[in-house]
Amino acid sequence: MSIILLVVVAAIALWVITAYNRLIALKNQVANGWKQIDVQLKRRHDLIPNLVNAVKGAMDFEKGTLEAVIAARNKAVAATGVPQVARAEGELTQALGRLFALSENYPQLKATANIQQLQEELTSTENKVSFARQAYNDVATTFNTAQQQFPTNLVAGLAKAWPAELWELEDPAERAVPNVDLRMN
Amino acid sequence: MAASANLFDQQESNRRRSFWLVTGFLLFFAWIGFGGDLAIYLATAGTAQAHRVPGIGIVVTLVASGICWYSWKKGAARVLWATGATEVVEPADELERRLVNVVEEMAIASALPRPRVYVVPDADPNAFATGIEPGQAAVAVTRGLLERLDRDELQGVVAHELAHVRNLDTRLMTLLAAMVGAIALMSDGLGRMLRGGVRIGGRSGGGRSARGGSKGGAGALAVVVLVLWLVTLLLAPVISRFLAMAVSRKREYLADATAAQFTRNPMALASALEKLAAAAEPTQSITRGAAHLCIVDPSASRLSSREGFLGDVFASHPPIAQRIIRLRGMAFQAAKQGSPQP
Repeated sequence: MSIILLVVVAAIALWVITAYNRLIALKNQVANGWKQIDVQLKRRHDLIPNLVNAVKGAMDFEKGTLEAVIAARNKAVAATGVPQVARAEGELTQALGRLFALSENYPQLKATANIQQLQEELTSTENKVSFARQAYNDVATTFNTAQQQFPTNLVAGLAKAWPAELWELEDPAERAVPNVDLRMN
Repeated sequence: MAASANLFDQQESNRRRSFWLVTGFLLFFAWIGFGGDLAIYLATAGTAQAHRVPGIGIVVTLVASGICWYSWKKGAARVLWATGATEVVEPADELERRLVNVVEEMAIASALPRPRVYVVPDADPNAFATGIEPGQAAVAVTRGLLERLDRDELQGVVAHELAHVRNLDTRLMTLLAAMVGAIALMSDGLGRMLRGGVRIGGRSGGGRSARGGSKGGAGALAVVVLVLWLVTLLLAPVISRFLAMAVSRKREYLADATAAQFTRNPMALASALEKLAAAAEPTQSITRGAAHLCIVDPSASRLSSREGFLGDVFASHPPIAQRIIRLRGMAFQAAKQGSPQP
């Protein structure tokens, strides 16, 4: 009798440990996913002043657009928390999109190797942001599902597992085409 | 999450296949060695120079184990070396910079460590990935591919290759490449040796067969073993190549689908495949042994575009037209749902 009890208790303890460890592993993956986005966002923020400086001379007539890009960038740098960062970065993406659309009118810009290289770096950074976001949302969804499902939800409090916020997309156009097209040609 | 369950199934099945591949390879070599010993033993049984110690078998099995170990450790490096690929450490021009960026992007999308990037100096567009462990994978593309594809298409191709890395296809394929190569080499070498050996045997064998004639049973058995042994030896390169082809064909659809999931853009890979199919010239620098690693069959696209029995047996890849149709289907589904599938 006591042996059966012992076995049952051991089985439950084993299950609690497994479930707890799985939640912790997922939690760390979510944190890591967020860090990945952060790295790419920082890279993007660092590149934007270079871009604005490089095109300033040629696009002197588009002062408003350039200022909007800088303002959006500064707002994005200051933002904290998933929803606020997501909104600020969405605005920055739109401001950049307008800048690149306008840059179509300045063919001499495209000819510069410097601009081309900057363009490639920005395109890549935009993609990296969106792929990091994609990866973050995937793992955050897994984490949220795991901590809400029975019976894992019983140990969710123990593992301090709270639902991770997803990176929502504001702009429906961005949802349909996740890669923002920044090519000038 | 269905896709990830699929992924783990695929990884598990590839682990199993890799294990059986290595085991089969060892058994094959053991048979070649010990079978040879047996044939000689039966032929010389009862004579003064009876062959009692299976020395050939032991040596051959040891050599095969060595090849396995070497393939595991150095297979990826050898495959890259065989194609003349050079690593991109510092991008030399815009095209290489773009390639490095695209590989980094796809590594983020697939949650893999960034693989090393190689360029093969060949004008024909093609690409492959190699590596035993996902942490030490390498992606190689030809110069022709860099020049012909636009950014999105290149992204699709790189995503396809990283899908192979993630599925552990590259482990199986790299081992296969090394072992198919080893079997072909051994078969060639032994064949040459045998042709020399038969002549010597023919000259000195007269006396022996007269003496062994009294033991007719053993002699017949020796002949059977010898014939079986020779047949294995002759068929081995063919069979191993078929194995490589069969193993690789099924994987391509899955890798295409996974690539679409990484990029959320199936049309880019479809249009890349169209361009690759249109460039029908063979990829010179990729030898037959590594053919099954490539995104499209490097030996011109004649067989890959053929459907039906011939294509099923001989092609290392499914028909490109079929792959393009499936990718288009995925794009259509995604568009209909209004958002790319998560």
